[in-house]
Amino acid sequence: MEILIILLTGFLFGCGIYLMLRRSLARMLIGILFLGQAGNLAIFVAPGLGPGFSAIIPEGESYLPAGYPDPLPQALILTAIVIGFGVIAFAIVLLKQAHLRLQVDDLDRMTHTDS
Amino acid sequence: MTTFPLYLCPLIPLGAALLQVLLQGRGRAQGIVGVVATGLLMICGIALVGYVKANGTVVLDVGGWTAPVGVRLQADMLSALMVAITGVIGFCGALHSLPEAAASEVRRGYHVVYQFLLFGVCGSFLTNDLFNLYVWFEVMLLSSFVLLSMGRKKDQLEGAVKYVVLNIVASMVFLIGAGLVYATLGTLNFSDIAHRVAEGQGGAAGIRLAAVFLLLAFSVKAGLFPLYAWLPSSYHTPNHTVSAVFAGLLTKVGVYALIRTFGAAFAVEDGFVLPVLWVVSLLTMVTGVLGAASQFHIRKILSFHIISQIGYMTFGLALGTAGAIAAAIFYVIHHILVKTNLFFAASAIDRIGGGEDLKKTGGLYSKAPWLAALFLIPALSLGGIPPFSGFWAKLALLREILGVDAWVAATIALVVGIFTLFSMTKIWAEAFWKDRPEDAAPVRRIHAGHVVPMVLLAAGTVVLSVYPTYLFELAQIAAHDLLTPPAR
Repeated sequence: MEILIILLTGFLFGCGIYLMLRRSLARMLIGILFLGQAGNLAIFVAPGLGPGFSAIIPEGESYLPAGYPDPLPQALILTAIVIGFGVIAFAIVLLKQAHLRLQVDDLDRMTHTDS
Repeated sequence: MTTFPLYLCPLIPLGAALLQVLLQGRGRAQGIVGVVATGLLMICGIALVGYVKANGTVVLDVGGWTAPVGVRLQADMLSALMVAITGVIGFCGALHSLPEAAASEVRRGYHVVYQFLLFGVCGSFLTNDLFNLYVWFEVMLLSSFVLLSMGRKKDQLEGAVKYVVLNIVASMVFLIGAGLVYATLGTLNFSDIAHRVAEGQGGAAGIRLAAVFLLLAFSVKAGLFPLYAWLPSSYHTPNHTVSAVFAGLLTKVGVYALIRTFGAAFAVEDGFVLPVLWVVSLLTMVTGVLGAASQFHIRKILSFHIISQIGYMTFGLALGTAGAIAAAIFYVIHHILVKTNLFFAASAIDRIGGGEDLKKTGGLYSKAPWLAALFLIPALSLGGIPPFSGFWAKLALLREILGVDAWVAATIALVVGIFTLFSMTKIWAEAFWKDRPEDAAPVRRIHAGHVVPMVLLAAGTVVLSVYPTYLFELAQIAAHDLLTPPAR
């Protein structure tokens, strides 16, 4: 399972970077989305995955059985996902506005503010 | 024993923002709330510096969970200094935005977002936890995205696209770096990271991988050599207050994160970060100043100068000694004051002279001699002319560079200083000395809100120039605090 998720993370990174390197605004946006998800998955898999049954403390015990991964990274990505939503929502609105005002979808033609 | 109420620093701007939301539609009142709140923040920050100097590091465990598990706000001298300077810049920016912010921007919540920006900046400086640093960064960045694109002019939207995309990617890299740190070391608390790295936990490979990601992310935020393209393409587009506050504070948050991470937390891991930073800093100095020399738009010149000066600060970090880090901290504080002031001066030149293109303005010396004087103080300080604070900052740094016999680096730093002075004299000669072109826009009146912050910051620079030792002492305490993380 870990190998699968690691491969999936790598695949998402690849897609994200490929899309960001295209010159279209819309593709760049989808690329950002992919990269964000890849980042979250990377944290998710970093401490290792669990044994595959539900995380309920057995009767009479006060700890989870051994083998469970650290729950903190999962709390972290929960935060990261929420932040990611906000950022992506803003980016979508911004890119849409930019597209409407500038009438370009080609990043190579957005060079007015460069020097 | 009562300790310093550390929660006040982030809560003042947050409370002000909430109050301003309630005052929606009454722009004037919102502005005044902003000025009062940032004034309080400034007082709070300066009091914090005094308290930390007298009593040592202040710690606040949010929610009662102790570190390393809990979310800890911690103010050592470095954090305290940065919070104090945030208050000063926030206050001057709030004053400056009273006449500067357009009515349409105020209607869209300009003052509220400005307070949120300060909220994020204060939080970034106070947190002692890598992941929370990410969260505060996002608060700050999202506010800065909104402020940057608020005017909805074409240039602003285009600049914002570049700024937003690059910063989102950098945040993602930062997040992965934080994840890797947790995966290898099992902690996110800065002091805890330092202890565990020193004990050799986690293995060199994992730590190095994490360090690469963090270095990359913070380099983008700080605007280091190959990763700064977003900065000069976006910083000259929003209204002048926003430019000035971004120029002063935001890139320095990146520098602060670099100092915090590679000065202290990964300090013992001296494998490759510091040599890389060494080379990158020199390249940053040179490319930034060359970019500035080729420009004729005032704010673009100043934007390139931010990059060049960032090189000096990170060079102090790259040297790695306590003295060099103290010099870097002094440099950061001096530069925040001076750079914000220069952007305010650009704003005044724009307003009085009718434009930021140096080719289309001129003759301001006879129209507004006071402005010329107010421009000269930060400009000479940035260039490093002797009695001014920039000279002391450069002197301290050069002494450290020569202490390790790095003659090439010292030469580059000096030559870049001369080039900096050259572009400052270019602005001076074109805007103030040159005869006014026939087709220049008519001279406009200027609001007191534009002048007062400039006078305050110039006064700050003068005080810093005459009594540099006081800040040096604080910077040395800060470097010492930084390099000796508190026991667990």
